[in-house]
Amino acid sequence: MSAYLKLDHIDKVFTRGAATTEVLKDINLTIEKGEYVSIIGHSGCGKSTLLNIIAGLTGATTGGVLLENREVNSPGPDRAVVFQNHSLLPWLTVYENVRLGVDKVFARTKSRAERDAWVMHNLNLVQMAHARDKRPSEISGGMKQRVGIARALAMEPKVLLLDEPFGALDALTRAHLQDSVMALHQKLGNTILMITHDVDEAVLLSDRIVMMTNGPSARIGEVLEVPLARPRKRLELATNTTYLKCRQRVLEFLYERHRFVEAA
Amino acid sequence: MNMPATKIEVETATPAAAAAPVVALTPKRPPRAETYARMARETAVRVIPPLVVIALLTLVWELVCRRAGSALPPPSKVFADTKELIFDPFFDHGGIDKGLFWHLSASLQRVAFGYSLSAIAGIALGVLVGQSVWAMRGLDPLFQVLRTIPPLAWLPLSLAAFRDGQPSAIFVIFITSIWPIIINTAVGIRNIPQDYRNVAAVVQLNPLEFFAKIMIPAAAPYIFTGLRIGIGLSWLAIVAAEMLIGGVGIGFFIWDAWNSSHISEIILALFYVGIVGFVLDRLIAGLGKFVTRGTAQN
Repeated sequence: MSAYLKLDHIDKVFTRGAATTEVLKDINLTIEKGEYVSIIGHSGCGKSTLLNIIAGLTGATTGGVLLENREVNSPGPDRAVVFQNHSLLPWLTVYENVRLGVDKVFARTKSRAERDAWVMHNLNLVQMAHARDKRPSEISGGMKQRVGIARALAMEPKVLLLDEPFGALDALTRAHLQDSVMALHQKLGNTILMITHDVDEAVLLSDRIVMMTNGPSARIGEVLEVPLARPRKRLELATNTTYLKCRQRVLEFLYERHRFVEAA
Repeated sequence: MNMPATKIEVETATPAAAAAPVVALTPKRPPRAETYARMARETAVRVIPPLVVIALLTLVWELVCRRAGSALPPPSKVFADTKELIFDPFFDHGGIDKGLFWHLSASLQRVAFGYSLSAIAGIALGVLVGQSVWAMRGLDPLFQVLRTIPPLAWLPLSLAAFRDGQPSAIFVIFITSIWPIIINTAVGIRNIPQDYRNVAAVVQLNPLEFFAKIMIPAAAPYIFTGLRIGIGLSWLAIVAAEMLIGGVGIGFFIWDAWNSSHISEIILALFYVGIVGFVLDRLIAGLGKFVTRGTAQN
């Protein structure tokens, strides 16, 4: 079976002077096209490092990442990232922030007018077209994250990487944005890899949940399938036994078997 | 739950609408008068204190220097002596016997030239030092030593090298104002958040695009801090340098006035030097504010 995205025996060792810390050990994972996979684990287990390796922002010490059977080891728009703290450029407007990526990715394939239309199309997808001329400082945290998602989507990535995309948002905004991401995934069929530390979020959104053991030398502890039909409705799932079972399973993994050891 | 709430809204809305035309005329006028009054008050608060202080200082100066045999002229005498210079800044009797406008514009031209060079070279070197660890290790100690050399100490060396006053003065401006520009630019570049670099990496900006679209805007607040310090220093340096190189220029005008014992003219020139320096500083500050709007906050 040839996987769409394949993480092949990834190790990551950080070296500072004489001290070396093994952060990730032997990470193997395959992701199918159109799949929504979450990686969950306690803070400090190296999930963000793993995402950075996939994005090409950090190199793996050994092992590698294969996208459509080709090794990728430098950053590129085929693995667009939605950063945790939105990372919009404050001197550009909402429109210009999305346009920056679009101009680069579609420099040859789309005309000026087509690129403009494509930017607006993606802003419409995240319902942010009304704020096109605002600067990031003038819109709310949830809106910034929407623009961040639009920027990533507009690059037409093969894999969309979400780095705790809802972490900095309040609960209500987060729920709203989760629904939006679910709807987008349903509509566009993107392959999505999301880092999270929120159990409900992982179960609600994912097809599979990858649970990581605590670092140092974090491994993949368990992979859980979430056999819930889509589209999923937040309110209906609250009493769904499959949902509750999955949730229970993740909670057990995180809080019983791999309890976070303070100051370890 | 919903019904009573809507009812209340309707009830309150009607009387307000009915009452509106009655009050409409009266409340409209007071606010306008009030805004004028407030504006006047705000202006007064900012303008009156310095005026009072200036008036008091002038009075003290007048009283102190009025006595016969005092070394410096009182303000009344300064005004009387320099009336011609104040009211006719554009005369030109050839040589260095020109109006103050010509002296100031000659100085400003030198500053404009030297400062532009130092802005370009300073930002370029700052980017290099900020971006490359090796460039920083190699160059930073050198900068730290060179920047402590007083502007005038460079003048003999540059006269020896250029054998002419004009390029030497420009070189002194350049070498004086470049250090804060380099150092602040380098700090700004070093402080570009990793997030922005990651964004650039994912979008795959090439180095030139990264420079124009990420580096310069992100570091702009720092760069303008350096540029602002730089313009102040270059104005400080030009007056001193011109005293030594001679020719047309406000610095030599002051030196010439001293040699001819025209103390009043010195005082007038100092006043102009201060005002021009202030305007230059405001100019760069305003430009910085305009360019970096939106960059300052997150």
